[in-house]
Amino acid sequence: MESHHLNPHRPARANPLPLRRARGLHPARALSTLFSGLTALATYLILAILLLILGHLIWAGRSVFDWRFLTTGTDADMFDIQTAGILPMVVGTTARVMVMTLFVMPAGIITALYLGEFTHAHSRLARLIRGAVNNLAGVPSIVFGLFGLGFFVAFVGGSLDEVFGGPGVEPKWGKPCLLWASLTLAVMTLPVVIVATEESIRAIPSSLREASFALGATRLQTIRRVILPQAMPGILTGGILAIGRAAGEVAPILFTGAAYYMARLPHSPTDQFMDLGYHAFILATQSQSIESIQPILFATVLTLLLLTLALSIVAMFIRAQIPRAHDAPM
Amino acid sequence: METSSPILPQATTSRPDGPTALIQARNVSVRFGTTQALRKVSLDLAERHVTAFIGPSGCGKSTLLRCFNRMNELIDISFTEGTIHLADTEIHHPDVDVIELRKRVGMVFQKSNPFPKSIYENVAYGLRLHGTRDRKILNEIVESSLRSAALWDEVKDRLHESALGLSGGQQQRLCIARAIAIRPQVILMDEPASALDPTATMRIEELVLDLRKDYTIVIVTHNMHQATRISDYTAFFYQGELIEFDATSRIFANPAKKQTEDYVTGRFG
Amino acid sequence: MTHFESNIDGLRQRLLAMASYAAQSIRNAVRAVVERDDELGRKVEEDDSILDDLEKSIDELAIQLLLRAPLARDLRLIMVATKVSHDLERVGDEATAIARRAQDLNREPQLKAPIDLPRMASMVTEMLAESLDAFITGDCTRARATIPRDKQVDALHKQLQSELTALIVQSPDNTTRCLNLMAISKRLERVGDHAKNIAEEVVYLHEATDIRHTQRVSIDNPSPVAPP
Repeated sequence: MESHHLNPHRPARANPLPLRRARGLHPARALSTLFSGLTALATYLILAILLLILGHLIWAGRSVFDWRFLTTGTDADMFDIQTAGILPMVVGTTARVMVMTLFVMPAGIITALYLGEFTHAHSRLARLIRGAVNNLAGVPSIVFGLFGLGFFVAFVGGSLDEVFGGPGVEPKWGKPCLLWASLTLAVMTLPVVIVATEESIRAIPSSLREASFALGATRLQTIRRVILPQAMPGILTGGILAIGRAAGEVAPILFTGAAYYMARLPHSPTDQFMDLGYHAFILATQSQSIESIQPILFATVLTLLLLTLALSIVAMFIRAQIPRAHDAPM
Repeated sequence: METSSPILPQATTSRPDGPTALIQARNVSVRFGTTQALRKVSLDLAERHVTAFIGPSGCGKSTLLRCFNRMNELIDISFTEGTIHLADTEIHHPDVDVIELRKRVGMVFQKSNPFPKSIYENVAYGLRLHGTRDRKILNEIVESSLRSAALWDEVKDRLHESALGLSGGQQQRLCIARAIAIRPQVILMDEPASALDPTATMRIEELVLDLRKDYTIVIVTHNMHQATRISDYTAFFYQGELIEFDATSRIFANPAKKQTEDYVTGRFG
Repeated sequence: MTHFESNIDGLRQRLLAMASYAAQSIRNAVRAVVERDDELGRKVEEDDSILDDLEKSIDELAIQLLLRAPLARDLRLIMVATKVSHDLERVGDEATAIARRAQDLNREPQLKAPIDLPRMASMVTEMLAESLDAFITGDCTRARATIPRDKQVDALHKQLQSELTALIVQSPDNTTRCLNLMAISKRLERVGDHAKNIAEEVVYLHEATDIRHTQRVSIDNPSPVAPP
């Protein structure tokens, strides 16, 4: 058992690398700085584009965008700057987004739960379902519109009419309306919700599931008390993304529920509705002179953007409440 | 459903009551896909004593532990053979409700896994699962469980704060409190202190010694000296087989098998 | 071989060295008496310090090994090593005492009577050798056989005591020399006790059975069955 003392007569080995910074530009460091600069530039560029668009919209629509514009419009001439109002479109867009959310969230969560909890990440079934979901995400929106027309409006709606009405009765279900448009949108945004939900479910470590099972919980109890609460932020993110996507879509609602003009606000799921995006399209293509309605057009688009933002903020606010939820008894 | 005669070695502890076998495993073999993890293991677990499972990595000790609360069933490719009796019921019998089994046989894991909920809700989780709702009862049991786990004094003023804010050692004691809240008969511990620093480890070991008077404890450990400190019986496993099972003092002072002696003195493994 | 194993081996080697020095010292001390060799006697006294140093180094090594918290056979070896080294150091002390008595005896003319100290000496050194052997080989039957021999040593000591007493009665001139010889016999009898202790420790080392203080042995029944 010898002790080890440093030999004072033998100096430590000289350090071969000099500590002082070499003069001139070090190539690796210069490249790194350049790269950081490029990423910052890209970020600011995108911000700038966003601001540019927003600014243009605000500028171009400023003469029309006021309180009256936002709160009236049911009886007015849509093409007249003085009387145009977009309340019906705001109501219509909001309604269809909310009804869509009502359908897409449960369906998406349940599908994702099946994928995340009851299948292995790489099992054939899981890959099949995930493949279908991915393909769904790549389908052009107009195709959804045609699908909605053929399936929801004609088939489901028509069948419902046969069951509840009789031949010759005015069709109640078998026509474009809020319900079918929302369902079509739900089908379109389903992949977004499924993917976001499945990701957050898979992110939950299996040690938590084990802990729950070891205490004698069933699968359902574990899902209800551990998995869902912890996945909720991710699920809500999926919802936010779905809302953001759906609010601006026009093609899927073209044949399934959007109306060129309605005299009154929609008050039942079987009513048609007016829509901000569709209205912008109408203004741009159906007006006599493009210059005269240009302010209305920009104001409409601005309203759509602001509405989408507002809906997203509401959803984000709900999501931000989640960390407190773990105190509440399940 | 008769139990076989006990394979319980003579205890050398100073406890006056002779040990009775609470769990009896006979010829237990476990296979995961094509890998044989356990080969015909037979032993008894003495009621209200601590039994330690030791052996090198991959020897099957954790696999056997997880047989007692049928947690291996969570793995699709697992096959279990042999019988395990808890008191006089065979736990794989079709009439046995695995939920009930897990209420009686609790588990604490190697890496502490508290739920991302409050401290209170963590301990109350099992109680709520099984239907307890009365706030007064919950409060009582939560407090007594935290006291038994030597954690009450440290958390009594912050029961509704997140469990994730506790230190590693505290989290592990919380998991122990959570397990004992539903008053199991048996507590299975899979290397409960291996991720903790020496002081926290010591507290867990003291806790195990305290819990011994009310619970039957099985502890898997790779630290032999921990086994010498806290267990009454020790089982040594190697490559899926039970090599030797005896009172702890005999295994570590004078083992019967050379393999055991070699492992215990660090000559291999 | 790991560091720990080579340290354990070092402990064993030191113990063996100590045992052979101790046995050698006894032999030399008795020879100093029989051959009336003062030189040899002084050598025995000097060599005692070797045994003292070895005992200290064994204790130091034992502590360091214990820090590693060894188990089973290693643990028993360390326990046995500290006890056996203590016994061997005492044996060395007895040898020194005998050597001093030898020098006292040499100041007077040799006693004209056959006192069988050499036989006693060879009995005890044989006991030491057997124990040593058992320590090395792990064969405990020989160690167990050693234990009843201590009774024979005791008997021989008693016999020598009465012979020497008779000599004193016979002629008071013999008194000093006889007293010295009695003392030497007593020392040798103690060496026998130490050798028996060592044998018991060796049995504990190899068989983990503690056979101390429980033997009911007679000379006719040299290999008793120890109670559990």
